[in-house]
Amino acid sequence: MSLQIEISLALPGRILDIHTDLPKGGCLALYGPSGVGKTTLLRVLAGLQQPQRGSVLFDGKPWLDTDQRLLVPPRSRRVGFVFQDFALFPNMTVEGNLAFAQPRPDAARRAYWLALTGMTAYAQRSPRELSGGQMQRVALARALASEPQLLLLDEALSALDSRLRADLQDALADILAETHLTTVLVSHDPGEVFRLATQVAHLQPDAPTRYGTPREVLLKTNTLGRYALAGQVLLIEPAGVQARVVIAIGIETLTTLLNHDEAAALKVGQRVSVALNGASAMVSAA
Amino acid sequence: MLNNIDPQPLLLTLKLATLTTLILLILAVPLCAWLARGRSRGRTLAEVLISLPLVLPPTALGFYLLITLSPTSLIGGWLLNHFSLRLVFSFNGLVLGSVLFSLPFMVQPLLAALRQTPINLLDAARTLGKREAVILWRVWLPHARHGLFAGAILAFAHTVGEFGVVLMLGGNIPDQTRVASIALYQEMEALNYPAAHTYAAILVVFSFLVLLTLQRVQRRAA
Repeated sequence: MSLQIEISLALPGRILDIHTDLPKGGCLALYGPSGVGKTTLLRVLAGLQQPQRGSVLFDGKPWLDTDQRLLVPPRSRRVGFVFQDFALFPNMTVEGNLAFAQPRPDAARRAYWLALTGMTAYAQRSPRELSGGQMQRVALARALASEPQLLLLDEALSALDSRLRADLQDALADILAETHLTTVLVSHDPGEVFRLATQVAHLQPDAPTRYGTPREVLLKTNTLGRYALAGQVLLIEPAGVQARVVIAIGIETLTTLLNHDEAAALKVGQRVSVALNGASAMVSAA
Repeated sequence: MLNNIDPQPLLLTLKLATLTTLILLILAVPLCAWLARGRSRGRTLAEVLISLPLVLPPTALGFYLLITLSPTSLIGGWLLNHFSLRLVFSFNGLVLGSVLFSLPFMVQPLLAALRQTPINLLDAARTLGKREAVILWRVWLPHARHGLFAGAILAFAHTVGEFGVVLMLGGNIPDQTRVASIALYQEMEALNYPAAHTYAAILVVFSFLVLLTLQRVQRRAA
């Protein structure tokens, strides 16, 4: 089910224009710094907010058309929205949150989503008893339990530690591949964008939005080789390593990011693609 | 101690307060949900009207209710002719007066609690395909239940302590409109101080217990 977006959003001091066409089963990443309008855009897609001008078509059906004064309410859109603050219902248990989300009661499906997100042991807990990462997993399970036709993820994995985030990214990638669920995600994490997204819209405060594949948008060429500083993360392509950029990275640090088989297969001198957190890496020209 | 008073005004007070609170619970929930959904001129005007009894002398409200509902008035006459309903100097009239007079005490805590509910909770329920009535019942009200409890306690207690509206609209008819506060006033006028003391002491102890309960509700909510 394809998603066509043509929207003009009035943000403080500027207008954000976005126009893109996402095919069925595609995953669009809204990437950019804070305050650039990513969450507002997700809310518009969910029908929770109206833009100044624009239209949204899902599977050929209009969800929004400001010229025609058409606005399909959120409850008729069947979107699964994972909010940045999780928005779990505190008066229900973890399983109760999933049951409330289901269009029809189905204990087996609830058990499936709980198992997939690793929350089976917490099914009867109150959301108040969970950590941030656990709440985020429940929010994701709840969104999936609602049997959405469009999945909206607002930094859905940001509260997880790196190991859990990588696991859930893999699980999410499998779910998206299996269900062909059209997805729009907001992320600051280029690794996540590379792992999940098929398209990227790079929203910038003082430049037009850039569109393309993750590789096209997040990597660009300059004199030091093929690398780019995107947000807080330095991305380096194999060509860059071969050319003039030398990366020193402790093998222990690298192996904690990989599973055992991947780590065992690494050889000194092997070309790899890496994404480093800018806060913990230092790079200089050789 | 209780032998020197007629228990009937106390029972009538409890009946009036219970009925008033139940009616207010039914009225206040949809009203507060509408008020909490946004800001508009209509909502502002409604909030001001609802809050009027907080600053208005009870006798003023009682006076206008008496004039409006009197059988010789347009509304009072219509109610009497079409429904055989006489609201002045009757228990039904007392219930109406109490509902109007205690409305802000129910609305304000509930409205504050509803407005404190994170908007994302309601939005999450909307994206899950739920109707507004379901969201109110399953998500919004449970989140604001401390406001609902506080409002119900305050409305009940306020009705028990009501005097001005009751006196103006209901008078002092035994078994019909003579509630505890009126009975206390009557005993004092008759210089029957032991009975007046008993009524007053019961009202003081009751008010103290109500405020204590309210404190506990608010502490649990915090």
